[in-house]
Amino acid sequence: MFESLSERLGGVFDRLRGRGALSEADVRAAMREVRVALLEADVALPVVRSFIDSVTEQAVGGQVLKSVTPGQQVVKIVHDALVNMLGADASELELDVTPPAVIMMVGLQGSGKTTTTAKIAKRLTERGRKKVLMASLDVNRPAAQEQLAVLGTQIDVATLPIVQGQQPVDIARRALQAAKLQGYDVLMLDTAGRLHVDQALMEEMKAVATVAQPAETLLVVDALTGQDAVNVAQSFSEQVSLTGIVLTRMDGDARGGAALSMRAVTGKPIKFAGTGEKLDGLEPFQPSRVAGRILGMGDVVSLVERAAESIKIEDAEALARKMAKGLFDMNDLRGQLQQMQRMGGLGALASMLPGVKQVKQAMASGAADDKVLVRMDAIISSMTPKERTKPELLNAKRKIRVAKGSGTTVQDVNKLLKMHQEMANAMKKIRKMGGIKGLGALLGAKGGLGGMLGGLGGGMGGGGMPQMPSGGGGLPGLPGGGNAPFNMPPGFDKFLKK
Amino acid sequence: MNDTVPWRDRLLGGFKRTSEKLGENLTGLFTKATLDADTLDEIEEALIASDLGPSTAARVRERLEGERFERGLDVMAVREIVAQEIAKILAPVAIPLEVIAFPRPQVILVIGVNGSGKTTTIAKLAHLLTEQDYQVMLVAGDTFRAAAIGQLKVWADRVGVPIIMGKEGGDAAGLVFEGVKKGTEIGTDVLIVDTAGRLQNKAGLMDELAKIRRVLGRLNPEAPHNVVLVLDATTGQNALNQIEIFKEMAGVTGLVMTKLDGTARGGVLVAAAEKFGLPIHAIGIGETIDDLRPFDPQEVARAIAGVAPLKERTA
Ligand SMILES: Nc1nc2c(ncn2[C@@H]2O[C@H](COP(=O)(O)OP(=O)(O)OP(=O)(O)O)[C@@H](O)[C@H]2O)c(=O)[nH]1
Ligand SMILES: Nc1nc2c(ncn2[C@@H]2O[C@H](COP(=O)(O)OP(=O)(O)O)[C@@H](O)[C@H]2O)c(=O)[nH]1
Ligand SMILES: [Mg+2]
Ligand SMILES: [Mg+2]
Repeated sequence: MFESLSERLGGVFDRLRGRGALSEADVRAAMREVRVALLEADVALPVVRSFIDSVTEQAVGGQVLKSVTPGQQVVKIVHDALVNMLGADASELELDVTPPAVIMMVGLQGSGKTTTTAKIAKRLTERGRKKVLMASLDVNRPAAQEQLAVLGTQIDVATLPIVQGQQPVDIARRALQAAKLQGYDVLMLDTAGRLHVDQALMEEMKAVATVAQPAETLLVVDALTGQDAVNVAQSFSEQVSLTGIVLTRMDGDARGGAALSMRAVTGKPIKFAGTGEKLDGLEPFQPSRVAGRILGMGDVVSLVERAAESIKIEDAEALARKMAKGLFDMNDLRGQLQQMQRMGGLGALASMLPGVKQVKQAMASGAADDKVLVRMDAIISSMTPKERTKPELLNAKRKIRVAKGSGTTVQDVNKLLKMHQEMANAMKKIRKMGGIKGLGALLGAKGGLGGMLGGLGGGMGGGGMPQMPSGGGGLPGLPGGGNAPFNMPPGFDKFLKK
Repeated sequence: MNDTVPWRDRLLGGFKRTSEKLGENLTGLFTKATLDADTLDEIEEALIASDLGPSTAARVRERLEGERFERGLDVMAVREIVAQEIAKILAPVAIPLEVIAFPRPQVILVIGVNGSGKTTTIAKLAHLLTEQDYQVMLVAGDTFRAAAIGQLKVWADRVGVPIIMGKEGGDAAGLVFEGVKKGTEIGTDVLIVDTAGRLQNKAGLMDELAKIRRVLGRLNPEAPHNVVLVLDATTGQNALNQIEIFKEMAGVTGLVMTKLDGTARGGVLVAAAEKFGLPIHAIGIGETIDDLRPFDPQEVARAIAGVAPLKERTA
């Protein structure tokens, strides 16, 4: 559904190759594409408008560098402007006040306030060595106060004892009292979710702020938010003085345009990104990553990090030894497939990698999906241990047995064998090109789905890698060789439905 | 409420400004004509601001482009035209959730991303069905999130329906199996299963859903009869990814959209109706058990087009 901005701009600028400066007409044409890209990423319309205006101004008359295409040049200008607008760098909490420093969390229902309260408390306790008390003022949602209490025990942070029936402002007073008396450095106030148009609840929030005098008031926003982000940001910042924003669910596959809307409307820094349900899923906000994501250029940095996390070192070393001997059997193939699954399957990969239009299309058309991985795994499971180490044992009769056992067809089994063969060949080439020394590079830097399959191929730099026959797998126009940003694992195409 | 005039109305292609412009563009003319480009631009932008997404907004614009309308339409009339066009897209998917399973119970699995409103929607649905004299039972299948079980328990007590609960951190699929067994034994009409919120790009968690489905099928091959995906109206274009992947991995049979009581208009439903054609059963317009409404395509279309909000606010 989404095309990356570079792909969009490719078309606009094709006719322009080799010209010197960006003319106003060219830039305007490009900006129409930028506009659509931003809207698809859920950046709010008014923010898109003002962004486009200012970037157009910057871009017109700009010299196109010799080494890049006009499209790349514009992408760079847009990307830099985005990073700029999102805020130069991570900004920390400012808790330099007479203790207890109060942090108040506000936001819509279900945006992640309670979870983020616990995450920040954990961070302050562990890294900041602060003594933190948490209190839930959510008397609306059933079991909301219990939720925070449970999280408190999980991270070993104190929570204010629950007094049934007490109202938010009174709870805030009691919390403040307790924090002062018991010498806490930080008091975190988790509040109930509220709609910005619910005036009664907005008044309640203001009353709490008046009592608690928070050092930090953080608006917690879901990264999946659409156009409504501007309304939310506007109303909340009008009614309490926000000091920052937390963007949750950045572990999802949303393009995260809400980040830009929030920044533009509130003018406040985005202090953290929530990256998981677990309480260690909190990171300082990184503008350049998010800019890339908004533009559909792929969150390459995150991908590389996740790859590094989910690829177990021992596995990689064992594989390297095998590769050195020129051996690569079905067990290895399976290990690679499982690794792909650990990383969130094809869907997650596809959404994070740059230039994955083809795969997206294939997936949208039903040609490739996560089930492919499951099916391949089922086939390998149905082989005997001997067959796995020596796939050449698989004669017609055995293939039929394997197909039956895995609920697939002999054709599928053949495809898998072919894929294995091609990967083994790719291995041999890698070995010739420098063997296991390149393994580090294979595991990430070059990226690409090829790289993800244990790095088989990523490090080939697109040179020696067997290219997918285009058309053969129903993946039209896969970029060929050279600096193609994306390669399918060799033979993977054979697994796509026709 | 005065100081919370939606920013959209104040600043940008909001309906107010749009409409005023539309008004200027259209008044004083007298015969039938197509809408002019400026008017169409304004309509398209207003639709984008309602979360239809750029391509669906462009398609609605195209549908209006060729048609001829009375000249001199006022603002409301133009909004109505837009609403009618949207209602045409939404009408085919307005399909209520009905209790028809035989043998009983009808098993309804409720799924969605984190915080979308699953648990609250279950409470509302249980209330609605109870009022219609169906026997309802709940299964606290979210064994992951802190106090999620307690949350559903509070709702079950308020609505007055039995609930099957396990331990926090326990095996959700096992509990669900238990639930169906109990529900069948006591002969309940409807069994509603809550699940932990999960983002659609987490393969492991999606597999877990598939497992819950399989387990349900073991006792009754027809179960789950409904797999309801709960979408949050504040969500933007990612809702389409959610539908696509949940549909594929968990066999979604219908949608409910929550939080339409805010300023989010849920325009992504228009794109969803075009792209997936999945039934939309109901909408959520508040936090209490009475705040579930059947999905009325006219009403939602008019909200999207800015004719009338779904919930009147008393300031
Ligand atoms: N205003 C409004 N709030 C809603 C609506 N539906 C749910 N909520 C609120 O949204 C928040 C999250 O709702 P839940 O039902 O707990 O959502 P969930 O999907 O079960 O959440 P998890 O189990 O944490 O993934 C709660 O504060 C609800 O009160 C609605 O239609 N309108
Ligand atoms: N995947 C993911 N889930 C999150 C994140 N932050 C919160 N959640 C989940 O979102 C849901 C709502 O969170 P909660 O903290 O209860 O929201 P609140 O209603 O604003 O207090 C819960 O299921 C959380 O586990 C995040 O960064 N990533
Ligand atoms: Mg909460
Ligand atoms: Mg829930």
